[in-house]
Amino acid sequence: MDYLNALVALANFVIVPGLAYGAQLAIGALGVTMIYGVLRFSNFAHGDTMAFGTAITILFTWLFQSWGISLGPLPTALLALPFGIAGCALLVLGTDRVVYKFYRAQKAKPVILVIVSLGVMFVMNGIVRFVIGVRDINFADGERFIISARDFKEMTGLDEGLAIKTTQMITVVVAIIVMALLFYFLNKTRTGKSMRAFSDNEDLALLSGINPERVVLVTWLIVAALATTAGVLYGLDKSFKAFTYFQLLLPIFASAIVGGIGNPVGAIAGGFTIAFAEVTITYAWKKVLTYVMPESLEPDGLVQLLSTDYKFAVSFAILIIVLLFKPTGLFKGQSI
Amino acid sequence: MSFSLRNTFLVLFVAGLYVLEGTTDFWIFSGSPDSALKMLNFALISAIMALGVNLQWGFAGLFNVGIMGFVALGGLAAVLISMPPTEGAMAAGGWRVLLGLVMGAATIVLTVLVRAKMPAGTARVLATIILLVGGFFLFRWVFDGGVEGIEAINPALFGNIGGLNFGGENYKDYGWMAIVAWPVGGLFAAAAAWVIGKTALGLRSDYLAIATLGIAEIILAVIKNEDWLSRGVKNVTGLPRPVPYEIDLQNDPGFTEKAASWGLDPMTASTLYVKIGYSLLFTVFLIALLWLAQRALSSPWGRMMRAIRDNETAAEAMGKDVTARHLQIFILGSAICGIAGAMMVTIDGQLTPTTYQPLRFTFLIWVMVIVGGSGNNFGAVLGGFLVWWLWVMVEPLGLWIADVTTAGLDPTNWFAIRMSEFGAHMRLLTMGIVMLLVLRFSPRGLMPEK
Repeated sequence: MDYLNALVALANFVIVPGLAYGAQLAIGALGVTMIYGVLRFSNFAHGDTMAFGTAITILFTWLFQSWGISLGPLPTALLALPFGIAGCALLVLGTDRVVYKFYRAQKAKPVILVIVSLGVMFVMNGIVRFVIGVRDINFADGERFIISARDFKEMTGLDEGLAIKTTQMITVVVAIIVMALLFYFLNKTRTGKSMRAFSDNEDLALLSGINPERVVLVTWLIVAALATTAGVLYGLDKSFKAFTYFQLLLPIFASAIVGGIGNPVGAIAGGFTIAFAEVTITYAWKKVLTYVMPESLEPDGLVQLLSTDYKFAVSFAILIIVLLFKPTGLFKGQSI
Repeated sequence: MSFSLRNTFLVLFVAGLYVLEGTTDFWIFSGSPDSALKMLNFALISAIMALGVNLQWGFAGLFNVGIMGFVALGGLAAVLISMPPTEGAMAAGGWRVLLGLVMGAATIVLTVLVRAKMPAGTARVLATIILLVGGFFLFRWVFDGGVEGIEAINPALFGNIGGLNFGGENYKDYGWMAIVAWPVGGLFAAAAAWVIGKTALGLRSDYLAIATLGIAEIILAVIKNEDWLSRGVKNVTGLPRPVPYEIDLQNDPGFTEKAASWGLDPMTASTLYVKIGYSLLFTVFLIALLWLAQRALSSPWGRMMRAIRDNETAAEAMGKDVTARHLQIFILGSAICGIAGAMMVTIDGQLTPTTYQPLRFTFLIWVMVIVGGSGNNFGAVLGGFLVWWLWVMVEPLGLWIADVTTAGLDPTNWFAIRMSEFGAHMRLLTMGIVMLLVLRFSPRGLMPEK
């Protein structure tokens, strides 16, 4: 029985990765939920929007690296992030002008917009592949660890190590900043309030003189910022590959819906719910349990509920359960 | 059914595209009849898938983006039916796996029953949790033991449970079992569609889309990871085929003589013979399914489906059971995709789970239906042929564009390097642009619904 080691093992393999992944999902889900709230469709192209923003950020990171600019211990990508956001904003605004605006004017059914977003997904995916290729790209530089497992063991004298990657720390810090900014914007500023009004009741908002095109424009700008940030954080933490971003779509949708689609607080709660569910259900608990259980009860197997390859199944199962029992999500979202 | 001039022209145009590929090596065409036939075979399969999706979307307005899952299940059926059973697998753990699966299903049924009987409240929640958690651990305990037994049998060659082909060592002589596997693939997909439809069909359209997207990923995860069932990423190879093998034909003096009289060498003649055999088989299936779909569309049932699609509330007020009809057509459409999936694995001769990607097996089929004309069966089939042609030809087309645009450029130039990979990436871009253009300027497709 060794609770301290058990706690450290738990923190190392479950809590820290879960927090970082949860923050990435939450920012991604915020983007999906914003589009749903204001433009009223599920954007299937969101994963590829993230990939595009990240690709531009990577290009700028390489440029800065070739100029010898760096942030010291922090990854250079943070410096390139604003440029990535700008590039992504240009792309989504262009898409809105060329594609979505026409359907908005027609008041097309949401399902038509979803199909249109499938087409946009194809095009964006093609553009990303053209811009940066399909290789696995690791663009994190700077210090790799804030604290490595070995240092932690030496410092504390425990058997278990706790490693915290710089990227994990950055993910959590950036996520908190992004969320604070977003909530300040939505709740305190005039534009933010007009967006919320538009999302609540479009006709009433139009009557009170809110300019719908401006609301849409600001929404796309915010979505570009959120998508790029989420994509860059995920890419720094894992690595960048065009195809994995498309696969992120499912957990991101699950997060947004589980939290209550259209509701920003819900998106954050949903992101962490999905992330922790995925990590805890696919984690092999043997190590932690060996510390906590008396010797006679120590488990023989890995005590892994599902193999890691089924992580999609986990987010999906939660999604289905929530949809069946609480269709508006954990926090009251829109349910049209 | 009268074809207008426009439709006749469209059909001739698409047919012409395939003929050009087989006869001339001008511009981007290969001029090889072999590659044209290969393209035709896959186009036939794609057209069948498009027919299934058209049933769901065009007839009933159901937005299914889990086609890949049903196609993969059909492929699994091809393995489970047409491969011989692995010797000793049933004894080593097959029964135990089956028992585990039955117990897993029993747990779910029991939970549903208990929930129906007990009044809502804390006691019911507790009972549900206890039943599910207990059932899960029991299931894993029985199931895992069986899996270990099966996967231990000669893992380099087998390690899976095999199929039902009773030919044993000579299973390749029982090629007709591959054809039996096709409808079974449809049954597999239909069973999965029933489960999915029961849970997800009540949801709004874009939730159904997300639900089907997720289920397709899960089905694929199962096929990739349950080695006892499908050998997972180790792939199952050497599936029997309903047409003769090239090597047998080449060794058959009668065939070589015949080929010589046509002025062909035995090698070319045998590959053409095999591909034409597949084309004929697939065509028979496609025509049969098209005939059935067409009959369904013009029957009272088809009229009811379209009435439900156009106005659910009104149809419900007229006493139509909307949910049940949606479930019905969801199952039928998915079954057709399953049949096509089994065909594809048969013609490939192997099940490779890693090749199943949603862009290729879900979204491409959607492009086919939308370009062809949703709600029109002939349109969906036409879309299948046209878009498949484009999907294959875009690569040589991209290479041609890359050649033209970078002519005279230094090969180390940034643009030249990017363009050298352009051919491979142009597929998605083209598909997306075609889809967006059709949606914008001809939303009813090339052959609109009447």
